[in-house]
Amino acid sequence: MKFRVKYFAAFREATGAGSEEIDSRATSPAELFRECARRHHGLQRYSSSLVAVNDEITGWDAELNENDEVLFFPPVAGG
Amino acid sequence: MNAFEITGKAIDLQIFRERLLDLSCGAYVQFDGWVRDHNEGQKVLQLEYEVYEPLALKGGQKIIEEAIERFGVSHAHAIHRSGLMRLSEVAVVVGVSSPHRSEAFDACRYIIDQAKVRLPIWKKEYYENGHAEWVNCQRCAHSG
Repeated sequence: MKFRVKYFAAFREATGAGSEEIDSRATSPAELFRECARRHHGLQRYSSSLVAVNDEITGWDAELNENDEVLFFPPVAGG
Repeated sequence: MNAFEITGKAIDLQIFRERLLDLSCGAYVQFDGWVRDHNEGQKVLQLEYEVYEPLALKGGQKIIEEAIERFGVSHAHAIHRSGLMRLSEVAVVVGVSSPHRSEAFDACRYIIDQAKVRLPIWKKEYYENGHAEWVNCQRCAHSG
């Protein structure tokens, strides 16, 4: 399936990309993140704290569908 | 207007406060988060906030609704900055008004505490030694 993946803050710098299209057999955000970390070695030292699919915060085992937009968030630090 | 806002401009605290005035309220609590000149032994020169606005706005609105519901305060409002900031600038402001002070203190604390851990906002510190680092991201680093 095709997905659009977006990276933020430290993840964007680790991957060198704000977003990318990925053709993957991943069925969950957890699988997709592992696949992204295999593509981008800079991501391998991190675990992601939150994930959103189509602008909704979701679980790591949520079901992914064709053309979903998956957002990987590093640990947040507002305030 | 959304009760939670993101702005790239300096926050006008006078206008912010006026929005929360209410003749039925005897208490007003405001929290300002300032840009500090040090962190974990390093001298900080400036900060940068990156915000994913669609979810930060939605999540911030939800936190404020939760605070009003949970503590029964009359009004609550918060603004968070994005982009580059100098020392001593106001990075975030939370204001709560209510008939009495106790619930205003509690609601204000709830909003800032939840905002720090739930909203997609990231802080990069620029240090005197020339390095820059995303705060908290060492915690997400793991061995494998």
